[in-house]
Amino acid sequence: MSGQYLVLLFLFGGVFSVEVQRPRGVPLSKRPLYEEDKPFTCLDGSRTIPFDRVNDDYCDCQDGSDEPGTAACPHGSFHCTNAGFRPTFIPSSRVNDGICDCCDATDEYNSGADCQNTCRDLWRKEKESMEKLAEIAKEGFLLKQQLIQEANRGLEEKKSKLTDVQNSKKDLEEKVEALRMVKETAEQPEKEAKDRHLKAWEEQKAVIRMEKDKARMAEVFLELDGDGDGFVSVAELLSHSELDQNSDGSFTEAEAQELLGGVDKLDTAGFESIWSKIKEKYMSGSNTDAPAPVEPPQEEVKEPASDNDSEPYPDDDNPEEEEEEEDEEDDDEMDDGDYKSPPPTETHEKKDDDEDGTMPPYDEETQKLIDAAQKARDEFDEAEKSLREVDDNIRNLEKEISFDFGPSVEFAYLYSQCYELTTGEYVYRLCPFNRVSQKPKYGGSETNLGSWGKWAGPEDNIYSVMKYEHGTGCWQGPNRSTTVKLTCGTETVVTSTSEPSRCEYLMEFTSPAVCQEPPPMSQEPPPMTSDHGHDEL
Amino acid sequence: MAAFSVRMVHVLVLWLAVCLSGTWAVDKGNFKTCDQSSFCKRQRALKPGESPYRVLLETMELTNTRLTLQLINDNNKVRLLLELYRLQGNITRVKINELKPLKPRYEVPDVLVREPPTEPLSVLSQDENGVVLSLGAESQRVIVSARPFRLDIMEGHNVLMSLNSRGLLAFEHLRMRKDTQTEPEAEKKDEADPANQAETAKEEEEKVEEGMWEETFKSHSDSKPNGPSAVSLDFSLPGVEHVYGIPEHAEPLKLKTTESGDPYRLYNLDVFQYELYNPMALYGAVPVMLAHNTKRTTGIFWLNAAETWVDISSNTAGKTVFGKMLDYVQGSSETPQTDVRWISESGIIDVFLMLGPTPKDVFSQYASLTGTQSFPPLSSLGYHQCRWNYNDQEDVRSVDAGFDEHDIPYDFIWLDIEHTDGKRYFTWDPHKFATPKDMLQGLMDKKRKMVAIVDPHIKIDNNYKIHNEIRSRGFYVKNKDGGDYEGWCWPGSAGYPDFTRADMRAWWASMFAYDQYEGSMENLYTWNDMNEPSVFNGPEVTMHKDAVHGSWEHRDVHNLYGLYVQMATADGLIQRSGGVERPFVLTRAFFAGSQRYGAVWTGDNAAEWDHLKISIPMCLSLGLVGISFCGADVGGFFKSPSPELLVRWYQTGAYQPFFRAHAHLDTPRREPWLFGPENLALIRDVVRQRYTFLPYWYQLFYNAYRTGEPVMRPLWVEYPQDPATFAVDDEFLIGRDLLVHPVTDEGSRGVTAYLPGKDEFWYDIHTFHKHNGAQNLYIPVTMSSIPVFQRGGSIIPRKLRVRRSSSCMEHDPYTLFVALNPQRTAEGELYIDDGHTFNYEKKEFIHRRFSFANNVLSSVNIAPDAKFTTKSWVERIIVLGASKPSKITLRTAGGEESQLDFEFDPSMSVLTIRKPGMNAGEEWSIALK
Repeated sequence: MSGQYLVLLFLFGGVFSVEVQRPRGVPLSKRPLYEEDKPFTCLDGSRTIPFDRVNDDYCDCQDGSDEPGTAACPHGSFHCTNAGFRPTFIPSSRVNDGICDCCDATDEYNSGADCQNTCRDLWRKEKESMEKLAEIAKEGFLLKQQLIQEANRGLEEKKSKLTDVQNSKKDLEEKVEALRMVKETAEQPEKEAKDRHLKAWEEQKAVIRMEKDKARMAEVFLELDGDGDGFVSVAELLSHSELDQNSDGSFTEAEAQELLGGVDKLDTAGFESIWSKIKEKYMSGSNTDAPAPVEPPQEEVKEPASDNDSEPYPDDDNPEEEEEEEDEEDDDEMDDGDYKSPPPTETHEKKDDDEDGTMPPYDEETQKLIDAAQKARDEFDEAEKSLREVDDNIRNLEKEISFDFGPSVEFAYLYSQCYELTTGEYVYRLCPFNRVSQKPKYGGSETNLGSWGKWAGPEDNIYSVMKYEHGTGCWQGPNRSTTVKLTCGTETVVTSTSEPSRCEYLMEFTSPAVCQEPPPMSQEPPPMTSDHGHDEL
Repeated sequence: MAAFSVRMVHVLVLWLAVCLSGTWAVDKGNFKTCDQSSFCKRQRALKPGESPYRVLLETMELTNTRLTLQLINDNNKVRLLLELYRLQGNITRVKINELKPLKPRYEVPDVLVREPPTEPLSVLSQDENGVVLSLGAESQRVIVSARPFRLDIMEGHNVLMSLNSRGLLAFEHLRMRKDTQTEPEAEKKDEADPANQAETAKEEEEKVEEGMWEETFKSHSDSKPNGPSAVSLDFSLPGVEHVYGIPEHAEPLKLKTTESGDPYRLYNLDVFQYELYNPMALYGAVPVMLAHNTKRTTGIFWLNAAETWVDISSNTAGKTVFGKMLDYVQGSSETPQTDVRWISESGIIDVFLMLGPTPKDVFSQYASLTGTQSFPPLSSLGYHQCRWNYNDQEDVRSVDAGFDEHDIPYDFIWLDIEHTDGKRYFTWDPHKFATPKDMLQGLMDKKRKMVAIVDPHIKIDNNYKIHNEIRSRGFYVKNKDGGDYEGWCWPGSAGYPDFTRADMRAWWASMFAYDQYEGSMENLYTWNDMNEPSVFNGPEVTMHKDAVHGSWEHRDVHNLYGLYVQMATADGLIQRSGGVERPFVLTRAFFAGSQRYGAVWTGDNAAEWDHLKISIPMCLSLGLVGISFCGADVGGFFKSPSPELLVRWYQTGAYQPFFRAHAHLDTPRREPWLFGPENLALIRDVVRQRYTFLPYWYQLFYNAYRTGEPVMRPLWVEYPQDPATFAVDDEFLIGRDLLVHPVTDEGSRGVTAYLPGKDEFWYDIHTFHKHNGAQNLYIPVTMSSIPVFQRGGSIIPRKLRVRRSSSCMEHDPYTLFVALNPQRTAEGELYIDDGHTFNYEKKEFIHRRFSFANNVLSSVNIAPDAKFTTKSWVERIIVLGASKPSKITLRTAGGEESQLDFEFDPSMSVLTIRKPGMNAGEEWSIALK
């Protein structure tokens, strides 16, 4: 082993040079604790040993303090003076392990490792890179001030805009209320006129139906009156077993007679009195006869078809209205019936068309009322839509105004921007405060790597890291998430992406917004610990 | 998914579709049961009874080295040839083949290290019932009974082992297919031999069973052009209740009887998410079984590389302890007996009966046949940091830096398949690993190393040099129609080099030359995965049995394929250094003899407590059959371990031979510092413990290389007469001097360790607390506890100055831990060499024995003809169980004497001798007065 002591030439004010002796691996600050030729007390006070056991390559102290310059103690540390650069401690286990750790090469004094003193080089390089960083920081910091100004300006603008919008909202709300009144006022006469119209039509239809019924009765009478004697007899009725009164499967004479009101036969007038009992069940006679003009069985076949037509599928001609309807339902169910036009009787009317003819068009006056009501509805809808837009606007503004864009709102400029980075295989897209995504370069669908979660930097620098969470799930894994590390730069760019762990992405992102005011540059080796010094002149 | 190419995803999805039905367990339906493997079903249908085989005594020929006899099957008149050899070292070899097979049957090459040297056999007596042969000394005899055929190996009046005693010898002779034309040549041969004519006539009557000439499993069809060809034989082991070995199975150390389920299966398979505690085949196969009782240890080595099933039954298996006691009391003590039956799909019967009598004799007998554990580079006994995958060079750099930052030693960082250019092995991803030499140099600067994966499936791509060369040289395995066999694996469509060809292996080895393997450097080593071989779209995720290797079918060579891959790779690493440097190659598939080529691991385990537990018996079983360099993925490959499980796994893995953390691509990162400062400290502490014991591990591996003794041992190996040790597999010995009882239960508050040896002391290595042997000791544990004990009577050299990597510790001084036994003596060894070259073969090493007796500790050279110098010295001697001396004197080789300082701790009886300072290679003695 070479000497146990380092001989240091120490420079005081560049005038005197003094030799300072201390055990190897001891920082100058602790030199007084290692007094030559006096028993050494372990720094933890655990025991006292003769001084020649300091740095004798055997560990006597639990805390390793007796072997500052050797690898003998498991938890010791070795002090590299690193003159010309920054002094540092390394674990004792790195002393004489054949690997150069201290830039002044003092850790490898007995291993045969060919270590060069690289401290000055390191210092030069560090200075250069620090200068470069400082340059960037300086420039970035200026940019940041602008960003802050702009952001504050933007913030003020938004606040005043918010006030404006909030005011306009009041007007709009009044307008909506007014238009609602107008609409309701217009809908009342509309409804009355339409009801009138409908009622008239219903009455007309009743007359038509009655006439049809009478005609049918006459036909049936003729059909039943097989012998054409002008009477329907019990015998004639019996050929129509469907008229079986108690549905026991046999239509007896007694039953037929009862049906005829207790008599044996009825003339047309008498038949009219029992018609209502017969007409539901009666089926046109044995297949020989041609069907009556109105055929109930046929109607039965038709009905499901017309049901199909009207219910599961909304009418083709007004899909927009249907959609709007749904939207409205989401918003406010109460409004639903008020302005729905035309009323839901429409399909019913249509069905009637087949049987009883088409409802005549509204008369001119009614139509006028309808048109007026429709106009009022449209105007009301329009105003309400505007109100919703204003609400959205207010929400967005409030969100943006209250969003955590950093202590000086310096990150506000990233809001609603997106930044891309193209790698070998993918295009990565970072939309700050919104989401991160990844898309294969050569086609394929986009994958969500996470939506804005929170600022996630360490406590003292919370705005240095963004966290995006709950992206697309991974097979047998978590949902994708992305950590975005922000560093100071003059430009706002994504500089790298990686996936250190499956489905956990890491993005490096530079922005002036994270630049700190650079401290004034020093020309001397930086850290001013008590024992920094030059070992040569 | 950035680290994952789209193609990769497809492959994975396909693989999953094949292998995984949405649960975290093996899909057993993908792998055959005995019933689904036609030969196993046929053979297993045979029940014990009188054997149809009879010895034709008149055919006996006895030369100096062997005895031959013909056997005839009375049912079909087919004749077999029995060869019997007496091999040096108390081994009997029995070979049975067809006397005149239609075509040659496969005999496994390249597994035996040489043609085993024989010893003379002599006939003791002979009559019409059989022959009695002498097996040399020890009054051992072989009795060949003629009718029916049976072999008994006797020592004195005791039967050690019987063959065909249950009449289960079966040999499916090669035959012509009935529905195809008989070859005229074969007919001629039949005519020439009247015996064969009769046999042919009889043969006609034999029924053709389903699966004899063709067999399908799931969607895969096996064309079986050679028809049925299975062989089977039973062995009876009187007096034996404990049998071990036949890895690889996720099973306890002591093998179970198989009557109620499937036999143990030996067929190298890539089993996705394997299940524990069942006899299913796994990645490797070593057809070696050990049988042990208090009097004797024997072994059976069934040298056959085809699919093999092993049935075990026992006449005591069903009995309760009470039942056994009743037997004893009533005197109806039937001798316990274990019966074993081996069934293989093709090849011949070639079995080595290793007759012990001690466990170490069996190890040495087996080593004399298949060789010993290769002596690994010292650094490979350090800690290995692996993950599928370290993403790029920056990732490697930062993980490497993380180990320095957190002051955890490691020696190797590993790269899985994603480091390649599109799964083209021997290449690097041009973006992620653009400058591999810079990366390797960075590691070398810290005296660390790297392992990169090289799998044996080769991407079919005309722009890929390796593929083009293999194809143009005709080195690929062929399919049954003669074209290159193609299968689906990581790269997509892939070819499989025919590693059974020596010329192919030589070419493969040459690919590791520094000028061939671009980006490689001397600190880059190799990992062979998927070498069962794994074929994602093949039957049972492996190669079709009718694929062709020259004149043999894949069926014949299957279990050997993985051994050849590792053999060729290890050769490559040796050759690239001009034969100077020791290789390090990890393999997943293995066979008997694989110990000669490197390390194995237990494959794709899972982050579950039971998987941690099973790592112990799995490695113990491998050690018993020669493969000492074994480990399990620390932390578990699939799934994500809780911090507690991870810490416990590190604590276990640090005391197992191959110590590597590994993790699946889909799991969160797992570097030791990602689990909070407490867990980091626990992991750091145990990795450091590993490094302090490296001198001991290294010496044990040297011993394994010399003797074939396992490094990690079951207790019964050292305490063969203590039945309490026979089934212990929750603790183990490292060498004979360290006993480890890892904590493998969640939330454990304590473990009960069995400390063997009636007259032994065991010292807790952490507290130096002394315990008596032959007791079950309850040890309360905390998260930092790793119950490890040093045997009283041993001396273990350690290096307590733990550094960044093992290479950094090369010149560091030793601390000797002298643990005294009740007789106040102790012994130990120290082996030192350069740690990485083959120069130890040129006697460049130091091998010393330390012994402590009569209060004198001395160092004696036990390899006086060897020469090596070391800078390492002895910095400290710790004597456990000592009494306080008044003075301590060191006497060096030159006769100089000096007084040594010391401290004595009376509460623990620990004597610490301060800085004796002599060189570790020197002669010296230290006297305590």
